[in-house]
Amino acid sequence: MGIPTVFITALPTIAQMVGANRIVRGVAITHPTGDPSLAAGDELALRVRILDRAVDMLASEIAPRTVWEIDG
Amino acid sequence: MTVVHYLNQFFAGLGGEEAADHEPIRLEGPRGPGNALVAAGLQIDLTVACGDDRFALDEADSLATLLAWIEEAGADVVVCGPSFGSGRYGYACGVLARELGRTGTPVVAAMTPDSPGVLASEGAAYIVPTTANVAGMRDAVPAVASIASRLAAGTPVDSAEEEGYLPRGLRVNARSEALGAERAVGLILAKLAGDVRTEIAPPTDRVAPPDPLADPASAVFALVTEAGCVPQGNPDRLPTRHANVWLRYPIGDRAELAPEDYLSVHAGFDTTEANRDPDRLVPLDAARALVQAGRIGRIHDEFFTTTGVDTPVAVSTRMGQEIGAEIRNAGVDAVILTGT
Repeated sequence: MGIPTVFITALPTIAQMVGANRIVRGVAITHPTGDPSLAAGDELALRVRILDRAVDMLASEIAPRTVWEIDG
Repeated sequence: MTVVHYLNQFFAGLGGEEAADHEPIRLEGPRGPGNALVAAGLQIDLTVACGDDRFALDEADSLATLLAWIEEAGADVVVCGPSFGSGRYGYACGVLARELGRTGTPVVAAMTPDSPGVLASEGAAYIVPTTANVAGMRDAVPAVASIASRLAAGTPVDSAEEEGYLPRGLRVNARSEALGAERAVGLILAKLAGDVRTEIAPPTDRVAPPDPLADPASAVFALVTEAGCVPQGNPDRLPTRHANVWLRYPIGDRAELAPEDYLSVHAGFDTTEANRDPDRLVPLDAARALVQAGRIGRIHDEFFTTTGVDTPVAVSTRMGQEIGAEIRNAGVDAVILTGT
């Protein structure tokens, strides 16, 4: 019925509290899908890994309000 | 004391899917699970039933007929189900409960916490949580019979927490022996010990997780954010806080969100690092890489944005529904939402 949605956020407990179901823990509040401390190439690789994880979650049966880590 | 029991065609013994169009029917005494409720000490005077499809397709008439019978019987309490994980049956139970609630008739139902009946009931029913299948009958029946007996007799029912039914979204004033400060300290000490409790649970939507994507490699993904990403100059003047609008911008021809083209106007966090590379908020470059690799099908050609700062949940809910309707029409299969 609904559209599967993955929420990438550094504040997963708040995401759970408001009822998000598919949650991937982001890197930081100020840059959920990036890490300024990395070299550009490495940062893009991290971002791809986060998104790959998010796509995995979108394709998975999960319990309500599940949080996945980036590397899990 | 009069107790009326609502069942679908299957549990009323009228038939399976082939009887799902069965019109509303009244049957004297208990049927099916009603016999188990009787064994648990609840008398059942009248059973009313309706086919699941009939109720869904002809809701107004079915409802009017059922409500008239229930009123005529002078019900002190109505039991609906258990409907377990059945969507149509659960929905019918929830709608019936909502309407009975308007007339002040107490209702006890039983279903899975993610059943559409829970939301449909709008807090009108005492809903005992069940398993998804009929195996949970043995646990549900005594709980339903106990609550229904007390409601019919006018005996108070304790809170959702104490009784185990699903929270109804009501707040009841109660006198406490302990001051607020003492209770707050008690709660934080309990939390430090790993026992997280609250006296006032925040209101939350109970939306069941949508079914997973069968094939990401052929799916269309939309990028949505509350990080306040907009084109440089913020041409549509997205508010930096208290936003009650969302915007969308075309990205069909873009490989990334370049810092010379985009920025975040979000007033809720330090945007310095994000504005050096807005892909840190809306990961378009990585999404393109996944498309290139054949991992996902395609990225929808617009991204959706707002600022989530001081935003009431009700406003967020409305914006989510509006964006959801747009992307459904656009044929989007899944959403990648980023938040700060």
